[in-house]
Amino acid sequence: MTLAIDVHGLNKSFGDKHVVQDVSLQVAEGRICGFLGPNGSGKTTTLRMLCGLLTPDSGEGTCLGLNIISQAGAIKRQAGYMTQKFSLYEDLTLEENLMFSARVHDLDRRKDRVAHALERLGLIERRSQLAGTLSGGWKQRLALATATLHEPKLLLLDEPTAGVDPKARRTFWDEIHALSAEGLTVLVSTHYMDEAERCHEIAYIAYGQLIARGTADQVIAGSHLVTFNGEGAGIDRLAGEISRRPGVEMAAPFGAALHVSGTDRAAVEAAIAPYRREPFRWTEVEPTLEDVFIQLMDGAEDNFR
Amino acid sequence: MSAFSATRVWAVLIKEFKQLTRDRLTYAMILALPVVQLLLFGYAINSEPRHLPTAVLVQEDSVFARSVLSALHNSAYFDLVAQARSPAELDELIRRGEVQFAITIPGDFTRRVARGDKAQILVEADASDPSATGPALAALAALPTQALVGDLKGALAPRMQARPAFEVVVHRRYNPEAVTAYNIVPGLLGVILSMTLVMMTSLSVTRETERGTMESLLATPVEPIEVMIGKLAPYVLVGVAQTLIILTIAKLLFQVPMLGGWLGLGVGVSLFIVGSLALGFLISTVARSQLQAMQMSFFYILPSILLSGFMFPFRGMPGWAQALGEIIPVTHFLRVVRGALLKGQGLEDMWRELAALLAFVCVVTALAMARYRRTLD
Repeated sequence: MTLAIDVHGLNKSFGDKHVVQDVSLQVAEGRICGFLGPNGSGKTTTLRMLCGLLTPDSGEGTCLGLNIISQAGAIKRQAGYMTQKFSLYEDLTLEENLMFSARVHDLDRRKDRVAHALERLGLIERRSQLAGTLSGGWKQRLALATATLHEPKLLLLDEPTAGVDPKARRTFWDEIHALSAEGLTVLVSTHYMDEAERCHEIAYIAYGQLIARGTADQVIAGSHLVTFNGEGAGIDRLAGEISRRPGVEMAAPFGAALHVSGTDRAAVEAAIAPYRREPFRWTEVEPTLEDVFIQLMDGAEDNFR
Repeated sequence: MSAFSATRVWAVLIKEFKQLTRDRLTYAMILALPVVQLLLFGYAINSEPRHLPTAVLVQEDSVFARSVLSALHNSAYFDLVAQARSPAELDELIRRGEVQFAITIPGDFTRRVARGDKAQILVEADASDPSATGPALAALAALPTQALVGDLKGALAPRMQARPAFEVVVHRRYNPEAVTAYNIVPGLLGVILSMTLVMMTSLSVTRETERGTMESLLATPVEPIEVMIGKLAPYVLVGVAQTLIILTIAKLLFQVPMLGGWLGLGVGVSLFIVGSLALGFLISTVARSQLQAMQMSFFYILPSILLSGFMFPFRGMPGWAQALGEIIPVTHFLRVVRGALLKGQGLEDMWRELAALLAFVCVVTALAMARYRRTLD
């Protein structure tokens, strides 16, 4: 197994804010790794260090076998990076944006590649439209096409589907899986749990530190979380009351139901015992990724507040 | 709800004031601007320039000649900086612009004064900038009646009463009719090129940063020098087009004389365009917003207009202002343009100014490359 990303002990501070602390991350070639964590947890900074946009204060490692500090230029040629904010030229057409990317990467057969990318996007007939006039979902797909035009071996995506509707998100993920099937390694940051579940594996970062790693099942199992699902009229209104009871780490309404979680089974059972009455019904359920993440987030030390 | 609400006005006012205090650089510049303008207009600019460099060719060593020279010196308008040994040398000094005036006292001066036989001295003025020479030339009127008062005694005393002891012949060279436009229009070439080129390129990188496209650009393999050349090249064409338009209008509408010096002018224009663009690029690597970039450009353009000799005679300024003016590229560019068009200067006359422009290009490019970041650090 070859590692596409292999970094150790990355640190980055801005002023007195230690944004990334000792992050080590390994991603095998051809895998899609979901990069999760609350806002401001250092995901963007980590991605930027991986593609040479930021220099780590300390730490070392390789992307595609190239040193992230001394060979940043070579990494830029073989990696694709899609920013969180739409960062193509809004006053250029789709075709012109793609052509710019093709030229900047010094590609051959530029016309063919651009035409092929437009075709793959299904935007061939709108190629003369200004990029700024596209809707959010199409903008992200165009950005993806631009970031992959030079056939990178590693793709770094920073919240590519933020603010995009579910259908467009699904299309976007289909494309990512198709690219992965061709051998591309993808590191994608996201806040969406359904997207996290679509990844081969997950890395969870909170307040600058990597605190969970593995497949979705491994992360859930590793949390040792016990979750009870309560149903019955008005149970969602008990969330605040139950969450204050000892042993309850999280009580959150899920529609009409309520999820109560904790790591100590006995304590959680004791906490819900007074509510084991009509009209409420309780069943133990497998914790969801979201349950796990909220627990991870609450447990992590927030050094920014 | 629709009635005027003081609270809502207050809300907007407070918000504006808070935002104002967040962008300190911008508002510091707004406050610095009146101070800079006041100092420049108040101290640096002098519309009646004195102590203008003057070369003399004295073809006879006599008491009268020395008296004339000391009278010139005492007028405070003329500083005798060079003694030419031949008419050719004198001519070269004024053509190169090293002196503003060239004064010849002929070999028969004493003899003619003594005889009362139309004695003359010749004052050649570099009148390409009429406002620089005007007051000094006006002061010459008093010279014939006063210069020799102490010398014309005894037998020569009657020479004083009859009529002035000698005559001052003034040649206004390069702009004999003292047309201000001949001086201003070529100067405008420098000012217009500075304004448009510096400002346009100063926005180019800042715009990418503001719109967020810089992050994508930096993630590509493109090198800083490639970005710079690619960004500046289109504006070189803009600069060349502007130059042609200005020169055409100068010729057709203002009948500005164009005596030649095309090679030097071409080299000067090329260096100046590239230097201005590189300076704009440098500004854009420092400024954090387009507004800041605009203001920094303005801070460059203001002294370029006031201290370069474009609006006010360079030699009229005090020494510190002239020293500042020498640092400004427009100063050297104006000398090239005026020298070429009005005086027909060749490369051998203007190489110092061209060298200064070349240094400007090199320094600014090096600084821009040093400032341009490959990363977002």
